[in-house]
Amino acid sequence: MSDSHDIEKKAPEEPIDNPGLPEHLWRPQDVDESQARRTERQISAMFLGAAGLFVAFCVVYLTVDADQTIFGWHAQNFGFGFTLGLGLLLIGVGIIQWAKKLMGDHEIVEMRHPAKSSDDDRAAVMKDINAGLNESNLGRRPMIARTLGVSLAALGLPSIFLLRDLGPLPHSQRTTVWKKGMRVVVDVTGEPIKPSDLRVGDLVNAEPAIFFEEDENGERVVSGHDLLAAKSKAAVIVVRMRPESIRPSKGRENWGIDGILCYSKICTHVGCPISLWEQQTHHLLCPCHQSTFDLADNGKVVFGPAHRPLPQLPLALDDEGYLVAVSDFPEIIAPSYPELARDQKKLDKGE
Amino acid sequence: MTTTPEYTDIEKTPGGQKLAGPVGWLDERLGLAGMAKKNLRKVFPEHWSFMLGEIALWSFVVLLITGVFLTFWYQPSMAEVEYHGAYTPLNGLEMSSAYESTLKISFEIRGGLLIRQIHHWAAALFIAAMIAHMLRVFFTGAYRKPREINWTIGLGLLTLGLVEGFAGYSLPDDLLSGTGLRFVDGLLRSIPIVGSYIEFFVFGGEFPGDEIIPRLYMAHILLIPALILGLIAAHMLLLVYHKHTQWPGAGRTNDNVVGYPMLPVYAAKAGGFFFVVFGFTALMGAFLQINPIWAYGPYNPSEVTAGSQPDWYMGFVEGAVRIMPNWESTFFNYTWSWNVFIPGVMLMGLMFGALGAWPFIERWISGDDREHHLLERPRDAPVRTAFGVAGMSCYGMFWIAGGNDIIATQFHTDIYTITWICRIGVFVVPILAFIITKRLCISLQRKDFQTIEHGYETGIIERTPEGGYSERHAPLPVAEQYKLTARQRVPQLEAPTTTDDNGVPAPHGRKARLRAWMAEFYFDGAVDKPTTHDVEHANEHLGEHEGHPVPLGEEFQGVSETGIPRVH
Repeated sequence: MSDSHDIEKKAPEEPIDNPGLPEHLWRPQDVDESQARRTERQISAMFLGAAGLFVAFCVVYLTVDADQTIFGWHAQNFGFGFTLGLGLLLIGVGIIQWAKKLMGDHEIVEMRHPAKSSDDDRAAVMKDINAGLNESNLGRRPMIARTLGVSLAALGLPSIFLLRDLGPLPHSQRTTVWKKGMRVVVDVTGEPIKPSDLRVGDLVNAEPAIFFEEDENGERVVSGHDLLAAKSKAAVIVVRMRPESIRPSKGRENWGIDGILCYSKICTHVGCPISLWEQQTHHLLCPCHQSTFDLADNGKVVFGPAHRPLPQLPLALDDEGYLVAVSDFPEIIAPSYPELARDQKKLDKGE
Repeated sequence: MTTTPEYTDIEKTPGGQKLAGPVGWLDERLGLAGMAKKNLRKVFPEHWSFMLGEIALWSFVVLLITGVFLTFWYQPSMAEVEYHGAYTPLNGLEMSSAYESTLKISFEIRGGLLIRQIHHWAAALFIAAMIAHMLRVFFTGAYRKPREINWTIGLGLLTLGLVEGFAGYSLPDDLLSGTGLRFVDGLLRSIPIVGSYIEFFVFGGEFPGDEIIPRLYMAHILLIPALILGLIAAHMLLLVYHKHTQWPGAGRTNDNVVGYPMLPVYAAKAGGFFFVVFGFTALMGAFLQINPIWAYGPYNPSEVTAGSQPDWYMGFVEGAVRIMPNWESTFFNYTWSWNVFIPGVMLMGLMFGALGAWPFIERWISGDDREHHLLERPRDAPVRTAFGVAGMSCYGMFWIAGGNDIIATQFHTDIYTITWICRIGVFVVPILAFIITKRLCISLQRKDFQTIEHGYETGIIERTPEGGYSERHAPLPVAEQYKLTARQRVPQLEAPTTTDDNGVPAPHGRKARLRAWMAEFYFDGAVDKPTTHDVEHANEHLGEHEGHPVPLGEEFQGVSETGIPRVH
């Protein structure tokens, strides 16, 4: 770069001359041996204190029980942390004090050198590289280098293929365990819900009844990881509003029972379970990123980063008068993914 | 005064004589003396801000030590078990082995809770210290040639630190960390076209699957720490090779480094500081509760707590996701989730990309090819400082947005209003911060210029025979004057030549014009340091003793408002 040299040339000389390093100032410990002795004793006291605290740590270990408390704190945690932490601090402060007060404090000047190698070194290295390349005969036999390149590129293939079994290919994500006639049950107890159990303004966290069903051997039908995966799509909330405040869109008029509606609990943004219910406005707020859905208006997004409305589960009553699903969700549950639009179309066609 | 015993060379002491054999044996095989000769008395300059990187280094060592302890009991398994342990409120609940073993560490292993809390606090400190260290390096221009590569390595360390921290706090598999993983699931899905594939490969199937905890565990205790260790080694080697930067001052120039030698002073101070950092985090582990996983309960994809927050260093991403408009579009038969992808993935890329490119952009604009070993005061690079503060304020707005729910509940304000303020703020606040910071820097530069030109205010009020009052000024000590003027001059900018001598448009004319325009922007308003002429003029002016009733004397350095002598 030529500019930088121009700048240097144009620059007027430095306005103030470098006065050089200031005079060395003596510390009290340098000139008065009694001060130095005192500092030595202080530092040694810190080290001994640390040793004592580490012994105290062991005493706490042997004598304090897990359920004891001290000043409202968990006594073990307090005892261990206090003795260990203070002991370590004393060692550290002692060593630093030693360095500052008693070790030599004459500053040393070291000259810098440019980061780059010398021209001689560069020339020597170039010579060696050229000798090496020349002796490798790469220039004369280019086929070697090219074929080596091909083989190394092909080595990438097994590396990629080996990662294939990290997981299954994304199969259709569009269905949940809900199906026609499955009861909507309270998520803690597994009890089915009657319309009369809900007053206007209530919200109940609910799940499909299959999560609580057992087979003939007493084993749960859905359990372990399958249960978690199913829950992450099938969890719902049941709310009751005044029927006159609900504005169902076309085709959804009969999805509720006397103002009782059922919506997916899984946010369409990134999948957090939504449960902050505002009775008066009929809004449901997601605690993760504050997407807000209007449950009186078909789960429409009224605020926040979510794009799709909250999917609604059509409800009916079974013979015993309990809430049941009419079908699976007609919309896709959980966060958006690249194939969502395609899958939704298939779902609409009833495939 | 008593006499202290004379120092005996170590090789002549009885202990030294015994060690001579083994040390010689090692040197014959390793050539230790050659290495030690260069480095044992290596000089390190001193300044409090050089300690920030050290905090990061030592908190990483604390993380390694406490992390090893935690691995003795932690089970990286998502197998569902029924809990029967010391923490009775959760008895009978189904949970993963990972969560059960974390409860065991917290309640049944003596000292387990302490080590867990030290580990978590040290992680928070590790990232905080790295960021503070990075800001120090940025605002003092320490990344300039020849240290650009070390700046890039540092950014790599910060990136890895963020990922490492996230992987770590996901391991307990409690309700909060599971919610964090649910977010990552949504984030991976939002990646255009290949999102579902990445999601299924990372989680080993549909969320939550049974693979993610063991995989994160491998990344957390092996892959990422190994990378971090390697990068730390490179970072330190380059530091030793370049020698540390220093502040300008009397005797401290671009060609030397002044400070204390590695052995004994720097080794003792740095080594002692390790114990201070460890002790400090241990006391935090004792007194300040962090991540009480037993209060959250095991992960359940159908439950969440209000006020779910990631660890502090992920707050800016969280905030960006919260304030992003709900854009989602469909084209080419694919769904594009801009509402998650832009704030979750692209924002981080933009931030690290801008930070990584900055040293190279700045160097291109200024055309400055010299090596820089002297630190610049932030005021002496007004546009750089203004950019830095603008970036910090933007980060800050995102970070505030990440806590919009907490702000709403604590201050009884409307959450939508706060969100809108943050949405606008991330664009407006950085611009304001840029303008204000630049003006402040220029004002401070002017003040420095005036201090050289007119001297400092002594605090002495004089009365003239006519009855007028004025404050007496006196020149700064020479060392202080030198410190103020030991910086680069602002270059004289010239318009780029767009045509050559024959009137033919010069090649790269557009590039040259862009560069000239950027240089003008970069150096706009910066106050140059005084010239020799200015200083001579000032000395004449300040040297006039006529009219001053009392000479100040050599030792005088000014008084404060209360009449106490000052020391510069």
